[in-house]
Amino acid sequence: MGLRTPLYSEHERLGARIVPFGGWDMPLHYGSQLDEHHAVRRAAGMFDVSHMQPVDIQGADATSFLRHLLANDVAKLKEPGKALYSCMLNQAGGVVDDLIVYAREPGRYRAVVNAATADKDIAWMQRHADGFAVQIDRRSDLAMIAVQGPEARDKAMAGLPADLRAPAAQLKPFFATEAADWFVGRTGYTGEDGFEIMLPAEAAAPLWRSLLDAGVQPCGLGARDTLRLEAGMNLYGQDMDEAIGPLESGLGWTLAWEPAERDFIGRDALTRLRDSADRRSFIGLILAGRGIIRNHQKVLSEGREVGEITSGGFSPTLERSIALARVEPGIGDHCDVEIRGKAVAARVVQPPFVRHGKARVAL
Amino acid sequence: MSEVPADLRYTKTHEWVKDNGDGTLTVGISDHAQEALGDIVFVEAPEAGRTLEADEACAVVESVKAASDIYAPLAGEVVEANAVLADAPETINTSPYEDGWIFRIVPADPAAFTTLLDAATYEQAVEDEED
Repeated sequence: MGLRTPLYSEHERLGARIVPFGGWDMPLHYGSQLDEHHAVRRAAGMFDVSHMQPVDIQGADATSFLRHLLANDVAKLKEPGKALYSCMLNQAGGVVDDLIVYAREPGRYRAVVNAATADKDIAWMQRHADGFAVQIDRRSDLAMIAVQGPEARDKAMAGLPADLRAPAAQLKPFFATEAADWFVGRTGYTGEDGFEIMLPAEAAAPLWRSLLDAGVQPCGLGARDTLRLEAGMNLYGQDMDEAIGPLESGLGWTLAWEPAERDFIGRDALTRLRDSADRRSFIGLILAGRGIIRNHQKVLSEGREVGEITSGGFSPTLERSIALARVEPGIGDHCDVEIRGKAVAARVVQPPFVRHGKARVAL
Repeated sequence: MSEVPADLRYTKTHEWVKDNGDGTLTVGISDHAQEALGDIVFVEAPEAGRTLEADEACAVVESVKAASDIYAPLAGEVVEANAVLADAPETINTSPYEDGWIFRIVPADPAAFTTLLDAATYEQAVEDEED
């Protein structure tokens, strides 16, 4: 049996199919993964993401510590509440984890890391905190609910504490606001508008029920995966990992090369790879032929293996199979994917596939 | 609890088989199988005229989660595939024993039908699997 979030009994009551994920027992779906996916694209859905781990980082050296620890630069966070997506790299330029970091008051930050990697991540942070006046606190006391979709923010409002409603309503994308132990970010992992809400564990079930009453569709990990794939967002451990860094997983945009004197972990290795002609590309694919692309299938170009599918599946919005893949440089506009022994034609596209309910690629 | 109609025969790999009484058998997947797979989004059924060995992987049912092989319950020749599934693969979810059938065959040995699992035995096999 895995760990259970404060919402486990809510999932059971709703008839969720529960599966193990990153050490946790989590809902895969509540009946139909496709219905859940469409609810997020068209109206509002909610996800229990309490398995993800908030980590508070504070102290006199918190900014300089994070500027050393992360490949993106927290110095960009000039306003309180602003969020930043970043990789945390090892010295070889591989990804220890990807995370979101929010600036709070000066000298105070909150990072949110993946469930399966939380222990490793916190140990890594502690190990590199030597010489920095910084305190790192794992916030296991908090639950987290993501409410996503075009109607998500409106429907979530009534469930927020009264003093957070006005500031939450005014949040710009990728900003957060907080009061007491409630923390509301206008962020997400679906390609839709919405909130990610961290809150005390005992407040999670009442918020969940308030969202249900407002007509928000409970969604499981299955829909979370198809939504993020359509949105062209990476999944740690699948699209990138400790051996595969941001330059070969479509995350070059998250690297802050300037200022040149900022010495972040992994910088030297990344610089060498950036200048290498062998650097592999990270691409989006839409299947032209019949079938469903799955992880680890081979990408072929004129019969020759040129790469691998890192995330493949069915796009409920586009009603065809899409994928993210890592391939040799210079692949061109077309390739094949080897699906169950057959080469099936695919077209190379620039992710995202879908944003805000609309196709972003030609079909 | 999933539905297991008493008038059908079954396999351990979760196909059901119906004797149409005209020398043909219809094959699909059980309610238990469709529920375990989740939303079905793609079906590749065998073409009419294809000769199948018993236990041969002859069709693919793909859900949002994974691809699953469908095995021929008996040796025989395919006479028809369910054309509905090309555009509406979710029919297997909504009607696994009726509209969601996958293909029809003429068995090489008509008597082999009775060697398949009856409903009670299949139900027991599903329960054992879940324990």
